[in-house]
Amino acid sequence: MSDHEYVPKSKFGKWFNDRLPLLTLASHLTDYPTPKNLNYWWTFGGILSFCLIIQIVTGLTLAMHYIAHADLAFESVEHIMRDVNYGWLIRYVHANGASMFFLAVYIHIFRSLFYGSYKSPREIIWIIGIIIYLLMMAAAFMGYVLPWGQMSFWGATVITNLFSAIPLVGEGIVNWLWGGYSVDNPTLTRFFTLHYLIPFLILGLVVLHIWALHIPGNNNPVGIDVKKPSKDTVPFHPYIVIKDAFALLMFMIVFAFFVFYSPNILGHADNYIEANPMVTPAHIVPEWYLLPFYAILRSVPDKLMGVVAMLSAILILAALPWLDTSKIRSAVFRPLYKQFYWILLADVLILGYVGAMPAEGLYLLIARVATAYYFIHFLMILPILGFKEKTIPLPLSITEPVLGGFPNAAIVKKRENLD
Amino acid sequence: MSEKKPERREFLFTASYAVGAVGVGAVVWPLVDQMNPDASVKALASTEVDVSSVQSGKTITVLWRGKPVFIKRRTPEEIAEARAVKMEDLKDPQKDEDRAKDPEWLVMVGVCTHLGCVPLNDKGDYNGWFCPCHGSHYDTSGRIRKGPAPLNMEVPKYEFVNSNTIKIG
Repeated sequence: MSDHEYVPKSKFGKWFNDRLPLLTLASHLTDYPTPKNLNYWWTFGGILSFCLIIQIVTGLTLAMHYIAHADLAFESVEHIMRDVNYGWLIRYVHANGASMFFLAVYIHIFRSLFYGSYKSPREIIWIIGIIIYLLMMAAAFMGYVLPWGQMSFWGATVITNLFSAIPLVGEGIVNWLWGGYSVDNPTLTRFFTLHYLIPFLILGLVVLHIWALHIPGNNNPVGIDVKKPSKDTVPFHPYIVIKDAFALLMFMIVFAFFVFYSPNILGHADNYIEANPMVTPAHIVPEWYLLPFYAILRSVPDKLMGVVAMLSAILILAALPWLDTSKIRSAVFRPLYKQFYWILLADVLILGYVGAMPAEGLYLLIARVATAYYFIHFLMILPILGFKEKTIPLPLSITEPVLGGFPNAAIVKKRENLD
Repeated sequence: MSEKKPERREFLFTASYAVGAVGVGAVVWPLVDQMNPDASVKALASTEVDVSSVQSGKTITVLWRGKPVFIKRRTPEEIAEARAVKMEDLKDPQKDEDRAKDPEWLVMVGVCTHLGCVPLNDKGDYNGWFCPCHGSHYDTSGRIRKGPAPLNMEVPKYEFVNSNTIKIG
């Protein structure tokens, strides 16, 4: 890396940089050597940074008009929609922005799963990412409570009641979370405070996430180590910047489609009814991005075990670098893992689907099978696969498949089959 | 005797940490406890309800501590059904006699013990209540019979102030 040799050109720049090396940091970020074979699945890190900034900016502006009080919250949101200049736009961007944020983070996570980005030496990057994901879920959940509609109220009731499953102290914890004996004004005001705080915690963790990334450098579709800088890398600017920018533009088209053409399609109509503690909506569903975990919760017939299963489903991801025993990172060279990867993806999508359906009959059966498979994937298939799987030989460098005679991994695989 | 000196020092360290921990705890506790139900919330602890207009077989729902409370005037058939249930069939065994002091009146917090939704009246497989959120079925005594909820619906502290008025809390 060229950090150490960097000297600012101007005299003032040199004076400043000697006292606070911000210019060295900027130089590191522009010259940062990046594997040149990164594909578009690697653009979601940049897209996620964009999502975070959008949520913070729209959130700050909404907070100028929103009133966090049980009697006024619902009306103040309608006031934003009807009276505040461009309030409708800002709120729709914020509400759909949450969905776009999760869409991007799921792609980002599944990219990591496919190319083995969580493996040594990138475990800390991965674990910080999981913490960010947990905070995102907390922020999204509390944000959904703020409009104080029926889904807000009952979503808050159901989720906070998860803590009542804890033996002995559960009840006390729930009353502490609520600040009362039910979800009410004290709950709303503290959720608003935390909803305001969490994005800045995420911002701090994103800095650590990127810092940790810049120590080993990016993983890549071939999943082998690259020497940096070398023929295998290109500087971050302009090569990756322009690729990220193009991908971001495509992403913004999708984003804008939701905001301008179907702003409420991802929401629930019941949230346009003001919160009523006397009436539970006939069918409570969380936002789409929480559905797979909701399905896991409901598939277990015992209250405490359901909560444990749901939390484990998330926390098991933190142990993934050690559950996956294979030394080979990229699924391109792991023919069996590749198939299990797609089965897991299908499994999570199925869980998401049954999570939106009533928990009965066939749906419940499917949810149970899919939940069992989810855990089997992580606790049995991955540890065993690392020892049993016959992997495809890795290329010597990321340039070799291109210049060394094999244009791509498929050809490598064919050659393997002929041998 | 060079061993002695580090021991004296360790004692000082340990004592300092212990005092420090108590200090930190004393500062943190108010910050944690401020989230617990406050005095104004606790002050709304009891509610009086006039039940003279409730007809047999009907349920009224009143708000107590922000939660719905079901007050049901049960029919003789419903009482008979609730009392005929065998204890072995119950997930959370409780006699109907213990839940309804006056068999005609069933008073309970209308909150599902699973995740806190409000169950629907006169629904479900046991002619009692049915929670639409995750499918828990309660019988005519408000006891859990089927579904994920672990416990019977809670019977709050209540008393008849006179023959027409129930005081909850």
